[in-house]
Amino acid sequence: MASDDVWILGINMTKFGKHKDKDYLDLASEAALAALADGGVGVKDMGVLAAGCLMMSAAPVAQSIQKQIGQTGIPAYNVSNACATGATALRVAYLTVKSGEADMGLAVGVEKLAGAGLLAGGARKADGDAWERSGRYGAVAPVDGRIGTETMPGVFAQIGMEYGHKYGGANFELFAEISRKNHFHSTLNPLAAYTKEMTLEEIMGDIMIAYPNTRPMCSANCDGAAAAVVVSESKLRTLSKEQQRRAVKISASILTSDPYQEACQVLPDVNTLTRMAAKQAYEKAGIGPSDLDLVELHDCFATAELVHYDNLMLCEEGGAVDFFKSGATWRTGRLPVNVSGGLESKGHPIAATGIANIWEICHHLRGEAGPRQIEGAKVGLAHVIGLGSACGVHVLEKSGLA
Amino acid sequence: MTADKPRQIPFVDYLELGDSPHLVAHECKACGARFFDRRNACASCSGTEFVRKPVPTEGELRTFTIVAFAAPGIPVPFVSGVIDCGGTSVRANVVNVPADPEHVKLGMKLRLTTFPIGKDGEGVEAINFGFEPVA
Repeated sequence: MASDDVWILGINMTKFGKHKDKDYLDLASEAALAALADGGVGVKDMGVLAAGCLMMSAAPVAQSIQKQIGQTGIPAYNVSNACATGATALRVAYLTVKSGEADMGLAVGVEKLAGAGLLAGGARKADGDAWERSGRYGAVAPVDGRIGTETMPGVFAQIGMEYGHKYGGANFELFAEISRKNHFHSTLNPLAAYTKEMTLEEIMGDIMIAYPNTRPMCSANCDGAAAAVVVSESKLRTLSKEQQRRAVKISASILTSDPYQEACQVLPDVNTLTRMAAKQAYEKAGIGPSDLDLVELHDCFATAELVHYDNLMLCEEGGAVDFFKSGATWRTGRLPVNVSGGLESKGHPIAATGIANIWEICHHLRGEAGPRQIEGAKVGLAHVIGLGSACGVHVLEKSGLA
Repeated sequence: MTADKPRQIPFVDYLELGDSPHLVAHECKACGARFFDRRNACASCSGTEFVRKPVPTEGELRTFTIVAFAAPGIPVPFVSGVIDCGGTSVRANVVNVPADPEHVKLGMKLRLTTFPIGKDGEGVEAINFGFEPVA
């Protein structure tokens, strides 16, 4: 008797980095076709398509992808949810299958970001001739830089420093050490945008972007795509033994938005909604943080990784500094985090990220991660945060079928 | 108004100038949640009535960053922070202190200060606020 669980049947990510000769549709098509091939199915088997490309969010991204891989008349959803766009696209396909409306679906996330500079806060109108109030603060000129910062490195720097203020022990060197871990991990990932090991001195001595985040402690803007095929369990049971063996169970697919908290209007609160998503995910999956074999979390900046150890309950509340210092999150540690290299070295093509992190987990659960394989991995968690805010958490389990 | 005293306006409409400059929040009548921007309804309780409440001008630095890369026209480095002013969180630049981690410390006591940021074509001066160390 099949349950109503939804599984990942096929999944793929492109090489992240600079793809000068490919546009976003080339990258999206490459990932989508490879995910279908990985699952041993075709576009005609799909009952739904959900796709996102944040920089193209006014365009019919999903339908444009269909024109490259097959126009079959199925419902196509264009998804935009900041850095959680990929996870949201996957969840749309997941929910469609869960509801019984389709037995298979495709989710795609893609971005062309190589060479992009600071995100958010950078765009502004020139100061005018006569002061004129605009916006909900009634400001006479852009507030970014004049009343605090709205740039991403600065916002996430403050999020990490706030944790340090609350619990102590977090300083520039500790955040840089987190970055050193992820850059070290990236040396084993051929699809990462940057695969260079860096010393603590190199990281701390690099260009300062927003203290304490230097350049290698920031996620790398790059090009890339990722795609996943989801399938209902009843359909999966009609497929080949090999497909069933390689399929990965989605034990929880959770999406939250930020609930009201004092201060969330002046500094985004990425903590509360992540903790909520994690709690719901553990409850839904019937597993706890101690059952996890590996985690891919949203290290858009080194300062963010620290707070998410706590938010995802990988450590005791307030214990993220000691948890990291114990060595737990290195690939040889008790609970490896970001063995892909994380956003700081693998790269962060925004809408692709929320599927690429799931690809990484699947790769290990299938035992196909080669030299960076976490031996015996059975359960993994993938987390993304999109400022605004949206948090996606997926718990994935190795197939017990076939 | 005289020729040597330019007309001044606050940079944002939640800054009140005058003899003792301070910030003013929209406080939800039902639940007390405070907002600096205009709201249609309260994000905490959905109440639709707000009253204007002055915010304490002294507080403690709860977090900060030192921004080295910013939009054109913004002098760098500058210190951005969140100041806890008697339970109301305020976002602001920390000013009148060297922008380095030796001088800017978490938990330091700060107070509101105001300064001109420029004049428009009609000679009207816009006044912004920041927080400076309490001497």
